[in-house]
Amino acid sequence: MSTLIRVGTSTCGLAAGADQTLAALERQVERRQLDVRIQRTGCLGACHREPLVEVLSNGNSVLYGPITPERVALLLDQHFGMGERGFSRDWLVSQKTDKSDYPFLGRQFKITTQLCGIIDPNSLDDYLAHGGYQAFRAAIQHTPEEIIQIVKDSHLRGRGGAGFPTGMKWEITRKSKGTQKFIICNADEGDPGAFMDRTMIEGDPHRVLEGMLMGAYAMGASKGYIYVRAEYPLAVKALREAIKQAAAYGVTGKNILGSGMNFEFVIKEGAGAFVCGEETALMRSIEGKRGMPTMRPPYPSEHGLWGFPTSINNVETFASVPSILLNGPTWFANIGTAKSGGTKAFALTGTIKKSGLVEVPIGMTLREMIFEIGGGVKSGREFKAVQLGGPSGGCLPFALIDTHIDYEDLKATGAIMGSGGMVSVDDTTCMVDFARFFLTFTQEESCGKCVPCRIGTRKLLNLLTKISRGRATEHDLGKLESLCETVRLGSLCGLGQTAPNPALTTLRYFKDEYLAHVLDHKCPAGVCEMNSSQHEPELTMAMA
Amino acid sequence: MPLHTKKKHRQYLYQGDPLAAPPPPELAAILDRHRDQPDAMITVLEEIQAHYGYLPQRQLQYTARELGFPLSRVYGVATFYNLFHFTAPGRYMVRVCRGTACHVNGSQKIIDALEKNLGIHQDESTLDGLFSLQTVACMGACSLAPVLVVNDHTYGRMTIESSVNEVENLKKENAVNGEEVTA
Repeated sequence: MSTLIRVGTSTCGLAAGADQTLAALERQVERRQLDVRIQRTGCLGACHREPLVEVLSNGNSVLYGPITPERVALLLDQHFGMGERGFSRDWLVSQKTDKSDYPFLGRQFKITTQLCGIIDPNSLDDYLAHGGYQAFRAAIQHTPEEIIQIVKDSHLRGRGGAGFPTGMKWEITRKSKGTQKFIICNADEGDPGAFMDRTMIEGDPHRVLEGMLMGAYAMGASKGYIYVRAEYPLAVKALREAIKQAAAYGVTGKNILGSGMNFEFVIKEGAGAFVCGEETALMRSIEGKRGMPTMRPPYPSEHGLWGFPTSINNVETFASVPSILLNGPTWFANIGTAKSGGTKAFALTGTIKKSGLVEVPIGMTLREMIFEIGGGVKSGREFKAVQLGGPSGGCLPFALIDTHIDYEDLKATGAIMGSGGMVSVDDTTCMVDFARFFLTFTQEESCGKCVPCRIGTRKLLNLLTKISRGRATEHDLGKLESLCETVRLGSLCGLGQTAPNPALTTLRYFKDEYLAHVLDHKCPAGVCEMNSSQHEPELTMAMA
Repeated sequence: MPLHTKKKHRQYLYQGDPLAAPPPPELAAILDRHRDQPDAMITVLEEIQAHYGYLPQRQLQYTARELGFPLSRVYGVATFYNLFHFTAPGRYMVRVCRGTACHVNGSQKIIDALEKNLGIHQDESTLDGLFSLQTVACMGACSLAPVLVVNDHTYGRMTIESSVNEVENLKKENAVNGEEVTA
């Protein structure tokens, strides 16, 4: 039986040098005349061990990493029993097919990313061989109402961050009247520190398309837009290829598979605006305008793209749908918590030993996530906080490490589930500076339409700068808090409403650090430059 | 009126409409593909930038006229999105990721070091037209933080030294190439 070697060539793999590894592998295999097929795959998620090489033979899989080009020959020698000289056990990640001997992979529960790193993303045949488009074929045997009921029963909630029940959104869109309906896949993953959507699209683009097709069938939509970041060139390429293949396979076009459904995909490349993650802004951007949000209601489900009913869902939401139909809604609902079913993918990064893409059942605790899957803080430093949800999320201290990762539980702490960014921070990070970092981002990305966000974020940033320079008074801390409230309550869209979260949560859980800056004029982490003259103009504006 | 004054006056009055000529063929090809598509503005701008490397003023004027939009609308869209530039970039576009993971792993220090090495600030280009320095919100390669992108190539797990080295290597490469050309 021939051997299959998989090399992960997603953006993360390529950045770690997977292309060179692949070339070396091809050369060595050729020279040794091995009966080996080499396959390019997406990312398996264990990005900290990239470039990853998986060798499968006789139904057994061995995962190696990191495999640099010079290690390739040694690896082949070892694997094919030609001597262990020069081979290091450290390069061995897992020797079991289910990866249970490597906790980072073994503790996960993969639904949306189950085929990432397993199949060739550019091959439709590979996807079909793993049950691809079976769910869609099954779906068109049901009525649209039945599909919506199934999604409702599965307790699937929007994975973009807000957690609105997906079945309900689809039902409203289905019931809205319009000569035409649209479905939009939000792949504008603007949160710095998040890469779930990128990994899913690069690793298994057809799953997203299949989910969208099922949504379109359920809602009666005739056109599907995929709004994807232009910063993800590989993902855009994978999608274009997948759409071409889907058309050839006959799941787009007119009267698809005899169901009477007409549907086509359109890719829209975003041009780099964080606010376009907000659904009303995203629609304006698809219409070719400035991506500015509009008032809700009317909600997009009733009055969306060009005024037609539109449903906007996240990449991960769509990727969950095929499995729900194949395995049944109760299976999916039982995986998660009582209110939200299924799994959630997280981009586990920061100062952590094992970073990468992690998919776990909803309801796992942060401790399991960071210390068991992530392996704790790297280089023996002390864990300080975990930041969830990017610039709209919050920082949680060690005291809250046993919080369950669930929409409601996280909201109660002041953080949010968010789209899935999870950044662990050690004691070299100053929390005031960290909050300032996020406010710098949201202030730059504020579209400027509404006053609380446009001026409020600027004022918040100035206050935080003042504090981090050791020039603030205790009175300023109170001012910061009340201004946070104003921005949160007064802003038009999600960007402004959540922008104060980093400042609010750090103020709540790390007040001692703020006080050290204000009272002692010291930065405990040694990050902030006290009394520095940098950014002086901003400071004078804040004091005015 | 004496003849020479008249001539001068006429020159002053009419210098020729800069847009009187049809758009250059490469631009016309882009515009023709997207005529009568009211939603194509961003795509058009992306394609123009992909071709020229930036958005030249003249091409934007053509775009407005040919697609029937006011110029203000074209500029309104172009200035809203971070992707678009209005000045020519250097041969090497050096982009430092400023995502959260990169930030906690020290990307600010890399930016400072590169600014010092190249002698330019963010969003500027070197005088010899070789390098442009930019920051980018997130490249989505957070597990390899901090990340540096030169043109389309992503470098992961960077340090201050390796980033500066990378830039120095590019400088050397160009010096060698330059000599070959002159010799």
